[in-house]
Amino acid sequence: MSGPTERPGLRDELRAQAGGADELAGVDPVADSETRDTTAAAPARTGPNIGERLGRAWRASAVPILSIVLALAIGAVIILLSPLATGKPIQWDLPVKAYLALLEGAFGTPAQWADETKRFNAISNTLIQSAPLMFGGLAVGLAFKAGLFNIGVAGQFLVGAFAAAMAGATFGSLDTNVAVPLSLAIGGLAGAAYGFIPGFLKARTGAHEVVVTIMLNSIAVVLLTWIVNDLVRAEGFSFPRTADINNAHLPILFGRNLHAGVLLAFAAVFVVRWLLDRTTLGFEIRTVGANPNAARYAGIRPVFIITLTMTLAGLLGGLAGSIQMLGVIGYYAPGITANVGFDSITVALLGRSSPLGIMFAALLFGVLRAGQALMQIRTNNQVPIEVIDVIQALIILFLAADIIVRRVFRLRAAKGALEGEVRTVTASWGEQVAR
Amino acid sequence: MTDAPPVLEMHAITKRFPGTLACDRIDLDVRPGEVLALLGENGAGKSTLMNILYGLLAPDAGEIRIDGEPATIRDPADAIRRGIGMVHQHFMLVPVLTVAENVILGQETVLGPGVLDLHEAERRIRTLAEQLGFEIDPRTRVDQLSVGQQQRVEILKALYRGARILVLDEPTAVLTPQETQEIFGVLRRLQAEGTSIIFISHKLDEVLAIADRITVIRRGRVVGTRTPAETNEEELAELMVGREVSLVVDRGASHPGEPVLRITGLHVSDDRGNEMVRGIDLEVRAGEILGIAGVAGNGQDELVEALVGLRRPTAGTVELSGRDVTGKSPREMRLRDVAFVPADRQRFGLVLSYPIRDNLVLTDYFEPPFARGPLRNEKAVDERARELVAEFDIRTPSVMTHASALSGGNQQKVVVARECSGDTSLLVLDQPTRGVDVGSVEFIHKQVIAKRDASTAVLLVSAELDEVLELSDRIAVIFRGRLVATFDADEAEREKIGLLMARGEAAAREMSEGVAVGRPS
Repeated sequence: MSGPTERPGLRDELRAQAGGADELAGVDPVADSETRDTTAAAPARTGPNIGERLGRAWRASAVPILSIVLALAIGAVIILLSPLATGKPIQWDLPVKAYLALLEGAFGTPAQWADETKRFNAISNTLIQSAPLMFGGLAVGLAFKAGLFNIGVAGQFLVGAFAAAMAGATFGSLDTNVAVPLSLAIGGLAGAAYGFIPGFLKARTGAHEVVVTIMLNSIAVVLLTWIVNDLVRAEGFSFPRTADINNAHLPILFGRNLHAGVLLAFAAVFVVRWLLDRTTLGFEIRTVGANPNAARYAGIRPVFIITLTMTLAGLLGGLAGSIQMLGVIGYYAPGITANVGFDSITVALLGRSSPLGIMFAALLFGVLRAGQALMQIRTNNQVPIEVIDVIQALIILFLAADIIVRRVFRLRAAKGALEGEVRTVTASWGEQVAR
Repeated sequence: MTDAPPVLEMHAITKRFPGTLACDRIDLDVRPGEVLALLGENGAGKSTLMNILYGLLAPDAGEIRIDGEPATIRDPADAIRRGIGMVHQHFMLVPVLTVAENVILGQETVLGPGVLDLHEAERRIRTLAEQLGFEIDPRTRVDQLSVGQQQRVEILKALYRGARILVLDEPTAVLTPQETQEIFGVLRRLQAEGTSIIFISHKLDEVLAIADRITVIRRGRVVGTRTPAETNEEELAELMVGREVSLVVDRGASHPGEPVLRITGLHVSDDRGNEMVRGIDLEVRAGEILGIAGVAGNGQDELVEALVGLRRPTAGTVELSGRDVTGKSPREMRLRDVAFVPADRQRFGLVLSYPIRDNLVLTDYFEPPFARGPLRNEKAVDERARELVAEFDIRTPSVMTHASALSGGNQQKVVVARECSGDTSLLVLDQPTRGVDVGSVEFIHKQVIAKRDASTAVLLVSAELDEVLELSDRIAVIFRGRLVATFDADEAEREKIGLLMARGEAAAREMSEGVAVGRPS
């Protein structure tokens, strides 16, 4: 039998490293005459070139991107069929019309672009819709990195929003430069406190964070409704709400309504990315998420890391609520919940828990949210905005059942789209945290 | 062995994975009632070949013949239909179901559509078990069985489905020496009844003991087939690794210094509160290796975990160079230069989804130069990783390769490299070569000796008696949470230690009374 042919560069290098040791047994047989052109992995010394980087980026994002494509395609079919429900004939151009209107709603109509004062209004709206989703997506994604499933963004959002609105109302008479940071900090800290509870309970008692955060979501809704209705209701309004925040409004950076919270959201993406990739704390969080036993063995305290991560996630969730209050709405009223809490989970899954991925996913959802109204109007109510919810749900469906996406697009076993996340969601039921 | 025509022939089987040729024109044949051992290092292609046979993977080329007829095996159901049974290394059992429920899973005996006839199933399984001499009650829940018994349930499962060709993937990796002997008995009985067995292993002594023929695979190719009579461990090792392997550790005399570790009256309980370590006193000096021999499950894991801070002792003290360190955290023990190679590398020793680079600094990522304050210094990490990869001969395409992509032996080398580099006052090794190929075993043993010669105190726990005997300067035997005897290496006798491992104090008493003792029953 002929001996294996060597792959020159890599083999020689390994041989040099191994001090001229004999042949490369232990590894899965790497090189062979027929396979020497395949790059099994990047060589040790030379950094990956641009082509390789793009390839890697595609492998990481192929399933999410194709899930979106597939969801939009099926969404188009639904749009096409939707007139049938009201007994109208099928219009073949309806999906195109609807999606064009969606895009115009998100990026501006030609008429708006012609008017200098309105040129960026649509894009501003898109960014404003995206910002809380970025914070919320990070709140879910960061927790995923530590092996935790934070369903509690809805509650953290509300608690943060209420605290920020109350702080704004209280300190609204101060100078903006004081009132805004103070209100933001209070909103964020309130969310952090609300995230601390499930983290602490998980770490200390093993109570599953999913159960606890779902409960805390309900508690937040009901408790805040009562507080606003009966305890802090502002005088002079026809409905229960908190008082005006006056000077605590986030400064408008641009145009009509692009508030500074949008900038904070983008900043948060890069701060979290830096935290995870560059700091020892990030390493500890990822290690606890990837293998809690090995983390404990390495001297990391999972109890501490889990509590801290959930607290940080709560902080991000609280900030999502705070910028909505201080940048968009201006007061807290029961029923403002919006869908940020649950959309955040979708955003985190779509972004595969990576901060940059979450940023793009949040922008996409901003586009859908900002454009949906115009879509309904342009199609004379034949395409209701609920179609967007259907598309979102389809995206999640395809992410979770990524095998469908891979079959449709003939993708080779790309690394499972949500392996880690699905493991987090399904694996830790009833398990006690390693102490 | 018979000269009957083969029941199974695999011809020119080829399977390619991206960047790897896992099976390269492999030929293999098994005759009726024969035990064929498939010997090879981790990653040699044994498991790939068997997964092809069982229909879990499709070959790129090649032919499989059963009873001389060409057979296409599309999936495990196909394989079962053709009489192929597989016992995986990691058992495929549902812990909360009974033996009977597990055995019939997928082939349920029914009274009518959707109605299970468990009684009939239990009766049939009981009969089958009796034929094989298994003492297993079909109504026991699987999670209440020992590992050895669970393996028998797997064998039952295969035979219940009518297997004539039984594939066992590293069946002894999880067994105690006694259980190994027992399973050999079972295999011989099956063989006598005409079942053909493919026995996958990388343990030379076992292969020589059980096989009729041994086929050696190296890097996806068959490099030779031998009968036990015409070969020996040295030749097999050389075939397997592709170079000469020294099976005996070259170990000079030890020069013990001051005591480093002193344990007094240590009691440790497991997670369920059972007292597993029941009063252990021991001392390890700088520059010596103390080996602890014992059958797995006699308190070794708890003892080791208590020493490295992963488990809090219920009583007793642990002293390190004269300082009381009882109940200190893993991090505090690390900072006192205690290194630890855990028994389960995938569970404790490595983060499989991390690159080798990060695994090599898993325990000191927070210290300079790998961190500057709260920031990681990736350049220093890379540099260290490259050094260790070279020094410890870790065979990997790159330091960025994920630990999960390495073979078992190389994974273990990553752990050993991390734990054996740098200053170490105490090195604790728990099953340091479990599931590791011969070539790597040799290398790891050399590292341990080198550590000892650099004045580190070494505590070695191993279920492989040979390993303890070869490496240790002193040997203690653990039985039911107590040390029942301690020997100097030169006065240790294999037989005596084996008896102590199996029977503890009873054996010790008999020995001291001079009573002739037979084999443990």
